[in-house]
Amino acid sequence: MIWQLDLMILTLVVICALVAINIKDLLGASVVFGIYSFLMCLLWAEMGAVDVAFTEATVGAGVSTIFFIAAILRTTRRSRD
Amino acid sequence: MRDIHEHTAGEDLIIKTSVRLMVPFIQVFGLYVIVHGHYSPGGGFQGGVILGASFILLALAFGMKTSQEYMTVGVNAVLNNLGPAIFIGVGVLCTLFGGLFLDYSALDKLIPLGPVEWRSFGIFLIEIGVGVAVMSIMVLLYWNLSSGGSMDEGL
Repeated sequence: MIWQLDLMILTLVVICALVAINIKDLLGASVVFGIYSFLMCLLWAEMGAVDVAFTEATVGAGVSTIFFIAAILRTTRRSRD
Repeated sequence: MRDIHEHTAGEDLIIKTSVRLMVPFIQVFGLYVIVHGHYSPGGGFQGGVILGASFILLALAFGMKTSQEYMTVGVNAVLNNLGPAIFIGVGVLCTLFGGLFLDYSALDKLIPLGPVEWRSFGIFLIEIGVGVAVMSIMVLLYWNLSSGGSMDEGL
């Protein structure tokens, strides 16, 4: 466990989370959420939880982003609030 | 609500060729993850998601109809129920041979491999059940989400 790398990934995770909440474009929000999931995957792998990292990479970064995009296709792309 | 037909991806040679090349390797990797689930990181859930993602990729590149030629809705419904049935079936089989639920060493009376071998092999059977269920559920979720529940055409 390297604390410098840990801190760097954690900062990026927080930035991605804030961007995903605040962005108005829903497609952009789902892409940023995919980046967030992949950074979380890096964080899990770096902390030694490889199995959790694997799950996060397949489900979080892979399939759930596609599900979000498929759901956005059925609604409007812009968020109003 | 906008018309969905304006936003279908269309015919793109690069995407179609790369998906055609990638899908077999993704499926082999998914099977590898399921089979090696009890030695290395991975397992039924992750491998099932990877196998499901290969079908989702087919649907993204070639349209939902093409993915339903490779896995029809009926086969998907059968696999949906087969996965939990394998899981519950192995567990109940253990109780029928005198062990506890999911106590694989009891299956030694069925095929004599030794209780230690059966504890390893029983996890593998469970992983297959989990993998089949997760794969079909992921594909079904995608079909329903991208077509609005009608499962005929969509993204």
